[in-house]
Amino acid sequence: MDAIQTIELTKRYKDLTAVDKLTLRIGQGELFSLLGINGAGKTTTIKMLSCLSKPTSGDALVGGHSIIRDVLKVKGLIGVSPQETAVAPNLSVKENLELMCGIHGFAKEKRLARIQELSAQLGLEDILSQKAGKLSGGWQRRVSIAMALISEPSILFLDEPTLGLDVIARSELWDVIRALKGKITIILTTHYMEEAEALSDRIGIMRNGELLVTGTADELMKQTGARRFEDAFISIVKEKKS
Amino acid sequence: MRMLTFAKRCAREILRDPLNLMFGLGFPVVLLLLLSAIQANIPVALFEIERLAPGIAVFGLSFMTLFSATLIARDRESALLQRLYTTPLQPADYILGYILPLIPIAAAQGCVCYLVAMALGLPLTIHIAYAVLMILPIAVFYVSLGLLCGSILNVKQVGGICGALLTNLSAWLSGVWFDLDLVGGAFGRIARVLPFVHAVELERALVSGSFADAWPHLPIILGYAAIVTAGAALLFLRQMNRQ
Repeated sequence: MDAIQTIELTKRYKDLTAVDKLTLRIGQGELFSLLGINGAGKTTTIKMLSCLSKPTSGDALVGGHSIIRDVLKVKGLIGVSPQETAVAPNLSVKENLELMCGIHGFAKEKRLARIQELSAQLGLEDILSQKAGKLSGGWQRRVSIAMALISEPSILFLDEPTLGLDVIARSELWDVIRALKGKITIILTTHYMEEAEALSDRIGIMRNGELLVTGTADELMKQTGARRFEDAFISIVKEKKS
Repeated sequence: MRMLTFAKRCAREILRDPLNLMFGLGFPVVLLLLLSAIQANIPVALFEIERLAPGIAVFGLSFMTLFSATLIARDRESALLQRLYTTPLQPADYILGYILPLIPIAAAQGCVCYLVAMALGLPLTIHIAYAVLMILPIAVFYVSLGLLCGSILNVKQVGGICGALLTNLSAWLSGVWFDLDLVGGAFGRIARVLPFVHAVELERALVSGSFADAWPHLPIILGYAAIVTAGAALLFLRQMNRQ
């Protein structure tokens, strides 16, 4: 069974079609990147798949459950790290993680075990007692991903996870994401070419709400005859535009 | 359980903000001390401690509106709410989680206010306990008003509307700073329709032990609390669906 299957998934806001008949399959354990310029429809797609926004038409199956009919089941399967860091600023890192554990109804033993496990996995041990709002952007993103992972989701949505980070923080976050690869299905949105190329098993390129192509970075370069992935992206977006 | 976890988080966010403590507890106490000092030199009936303390206790609750509105608006802007909307939390968990933690904070603020007033000469009677108890429904109104504002305004707008406009308007329309009968006219009539003056008069009547004068104000407070809470819940759900 696919981790995600979308069937003509569409979102319209008055005159604007943010996502247009998106049909897509993402396999279990795959890291799939949605790539596109601003306004391409990446975040709207994630919002629909994570049940934050209802589709205008079409449907999607997340872990086999409809995002329209089985909202609670879908919510039980997913973790979301939104574009903004989305942490509780006056709470410590540990308290932020405890908040998510409590919201998912974990007992004390499980809560402690999950916090310990994730702290080790994401290198948060030394900052557990620090206020989340006082951390640097890179560390806040890590905490944000840890909060998304606390419920042991089988599908993780990362919306522009490295937006606004410096080169070192970005590189460190890539290592975190690489370490998760294969263990869970990850859907990542980005408009950084090198990020999609470095991390993804497959890439989908969107423009104006439409999914233009999907494939590995190599396949897309081959398809366009480009030597660099960035050139392939530009070629695909401009070609479809003309 | 889930709601309590969320409520605990909201309480921590509010109590760990030093500005909240300063305005929530410090400002009403400073006002009490200042106006009592003025009263000692230039006696005015309105600022006698029996009339002043209930007024300040109610005025302090307008900061609960500011706290709850700021917290909700900030949670919306930081996308924390967006994250939580993808979890099994239900709409009622959010609404109760935002409202409930502020009620004991409001009660504590009322207690501090009356304790300081007692130090300034307010007689210690059982009536003070009734006045503190009746802070609770008034607090529900003010906190829900914050939930309502936080659901539709951004952080900057909350600062202007709840922080400046509402705190001043609610004070002017409550008869704390001046006798509404002296102004009269449309201003007096509008003030009588709104709950602020009824909240102050309810507290004043309880402190003075005039229960017969207190009860007519209670249904008005309860009615406003119910209407504003229902409106806040609806507007919160609307912004939740818009996410």
